[in-house]
Amino acid sequence: MTLKEVCEILEANVVCGQDNLDIEVKMACGSDMMSDVLAFVKNQSLLLTGLQNPQVVRTADMMDMHCIVFVRGKEPTEDIIELACDRDIVLMQTPLRMFTACGRLYDAGLKG
Amino acid sequence: MDISYNVNGDDFTRAGEASSKFKKALKQVGFDAEIIRRVTIAMYEAEINMVIHAHGGVIDCKITPEKIELWFRDKGPGIENIDLAMKEGYSTAPDNVRSLGFGAGMGLPNIKKYTDEMKIETELGVGTTVYIAVNV
Repeated sequence: MTLKEVCEILEANVVCGQDNLDIEVKMACGSDMMSDVLAFVKNQSLLLTGLQNPQVVRTADMMDMHCIVFVRGKEPTEDIIELACDRDIVLMQTPLRMFTACGRLYDAGLKG
Repeated sequence: MDISYNVNGDDFTRAGEASSKFKKALKQVGFDAEIIRRVTIAMYEAEINMVIHAHGGVIDCKITPEKIELWFRDKGPGIENIDLAMKEGYSTAPDNVRSLGFGAGMGLPNIKKYTDEMKIETELGVGTTVYIAVNV
């Protein structure tokens, strides 16, 4: 599934990285605990989270992830956006809650 | 190749800057992506620990043809019980750290998981040195 499809399925806004929406993703993870993302994630390239701080981008960067989706309509702050742009990480924002967002992507074929 | 980083302990939002810079350096040297990922995840966890528990410190990195070695030196409170600290899920981090997405008690076990060698030297009230190495 491409990031463009992810965006459509989640009714999301692209906050940064508009040019990278043709990137293909196969696996995703949803968590507000970055410790768990660092401990349990392998080869997931999409992170869904409700957490709002620069550590979300740093965690995604360390895990070589391509995209972060902020759930529950959370608006990323300027420092988060700046860091994500610098690391070539796509940021999206969806009004959906975590459970619904993960469910829709799973239903559409994305694995955990 | 030797590189050192100072870790500022007062600003949690900047925690991870050193790991991010070292990741870029490793990419420039041209290491395998999986090696880079293992080193930088372990480094990031250790850097976060320095900020959460020890008011920052110094990270020394050494790259040789055989391995990538890192020393994390802090002047923090020390680790009271290393066996407990190594247990998954055990954490002494305050609640405000958990609200930032860390403090799940996965830091040290995670560092061990991603590295080939890990040593902790700690003295209460004096500080802690964590050594890690990843074979290349």
